[in-house]
Amino acid sequence: MAVSAENKRRLVTAALVGPAAVWLFTFLVLPFTAVVIFAFGERAPEGGYQPAFTLAQFANLGARSAAFANTLTLAPIGALACLLIAYPVAYYLAIKADQKYRMFLISLIVIPFWTSMLVRTYAWMYLLGARGIPHLLELAGIGDVRLLNTPGAVLLGIVYGYLPLMILPIYVSLEKLDRRLLDASADLGASPLSTFFGVTLPLSLPGVMTGVSLVTILLLGEYLIPQLLGGGKVFFIGNALVDLFLQSRNWPFGSAIAVTLVVVVVAVLLVAMRIAWRVSGTRQVDLI
Amino acid sequence: MRALVFALYVFLYAPIALVVLFSFNSGRNASELVGFSTQWYGRALSNPFLMDALETSLIVAFTSASLAAIFGTMAAIGLERLGQRTRAVFDGLLSAAIVVPGVVIGIATLVALVELFSFLNPAIAAVWPGTDPPKLGLGYGSIVAAHGLFTMALVTMIVRARLASLGRDIVEASSDLYATPLTTFREIVLPQISPSIAAGFLLAFTFSFDDFIIAFFVAGSKTTLPIYVFASIRRGITPEINAIATIVLVASLVLIVMARFLTREKKLKSGDQVQKA
Repeated sequence: MAVSAENKRRLVTAALVGPAAVWLFTFLVLPFTAVVIFAFGERAPEGGYQPAFTLAQFANLGARSAAFANTLTLAPIGALACLLIAYPVAYYLAIKADQKYRMFLISLIVIPFWTSMLVRTYAWMYLLGARGIPHLLELAGIGDVRLLNTPGAVLLGIVYGYLPLMILPIYVSLEKLDRRLLDASADLGASPLSTFFGVTLPLSLPGVMTGVSLVTILLLGEYLIPQLLGGGKVFFIGNALVDLFLQSRNWPFGSAIAVTLVVVVVAVLLVAMRIAWRVSGTRQVDLI
Repeated sequence: MRALVFALYVFLYAPIALVVLFSFNSGRNASELVGFSTQWYGRALSNPFLMDALETSLIVAFTSASLAAIFGTMAAIGLERLGQRTRAVFDGLLSAAIVVPGVVIGIATLVALVELFSFLNPAIAAVWPGTDPPKLGLGYGSIVAAHGLFTMALVTMIVRARLASLGRDIVEASSDLYATPLTTFREIVLPQISPSIAAGFLLAFTFSFDDFIIAFFVAGSKTTLPIYVFASIRRGITPEINAIATIVLVASLVLIVMARFLTREKKLKSGDQVQKA
């Protein structure tokens, strides 16, 4: 019996999508389901997991409140700091800079983001360490300063690491902006400042939203920056997770924290999408 | 404002430049330049642990990026043919693979695989005919699987964006001229999306090569280059690490420039075709 055209089409589609579907199921859906199950379990005496059905792990979240507090303050503050620096830069590159060099200048901004975050964070560890800037300050007679392993160092690392990711979406939304609107606004007698606040800024808000939510979401799961620049004193949820899974082997508690982290990320994403929707009047906002 | 932008470039590049500069320092001291030397590169390249980690990273990045490029491209093409609801589920999963923090992906993969192995290994041993049954464990396979997840999502998104910008009319014209779907794919679609696939592959390779946190969980006894660098940094900063860091930077830079070049050439090519037509 011949295969009908419709069945053949279905077969081809399944063959195309199948491997990706299997991969997503085996290495995303299944593992995450396991983590959720673990979160309701108990720590086995020798470490790891033993089955149970208890909310004790979630009730215990307060034991890691410092990690949650650090993450939930430094991630938004870091994103905001990135925004404050990124906006004028993106504005200059998209509106003021010579068009001939625009692509080159923006490439120079993006390239660091694509290079190793580990190495770039390490560079600051090197600079802020005892033999770096503090050493120079000491030579200059300013005295003994400690820079590494402070919240300030973590914030600096965050701004350094994620700034390019904030600049890019804002640049894109400013670049798309119709220049004639700016001319029209000026023709109608608006001052440059009121053109900026009345026209440019509102039209660039989708880019701002994308940048802020992207950076915040990535920061919520950050591990390297607090580990290297916070030196175990300023730790994030990510650091707590590594500790719980690889050192104390308390898998159920770690799982409960991981589930909570994902819930927070999804909540941030949903709020961002909602705001973006209201701001731009469309659901079609690319957050990724 | 110009001054601010200039200051930003200094801020972005000065730390990297310092690491590169000090990797050529002949002295051991991390804060004063004594003279020029490439000795730290020599030491780094003759360090067997480092070379081992580099080899692991290259194998993992190549395997996961290749699988991601193949399956991701297939998925991108297949997704167009799916019903709306199935596609929405798929889209959700693909976004999740990118949005869920790496640290959670690493944990989830570790937990699931360890459980799976503790169930499978006795089962295999029970039915194994010989005396030495194979034992499943963490290693290359688990890193490739976990990296392949988000790199595949990345490739799918890049190729899909390209497919969406591909005119439907040219595909329809091809089938009107009695080309089989396979011929249309080979002659029309594939040449147009291949630069995106290559760019996706290179980005996937870079991400996998640079990833620390996921590999940290699922590598088992294997050591990738970022894991090695991380461990050496914690042991103390040495000029050798500056040399390794410089090598890592240059490697990811080359890949990124190649990926950018490919996506740029794509625009030129489609322009060519319009002109020829």
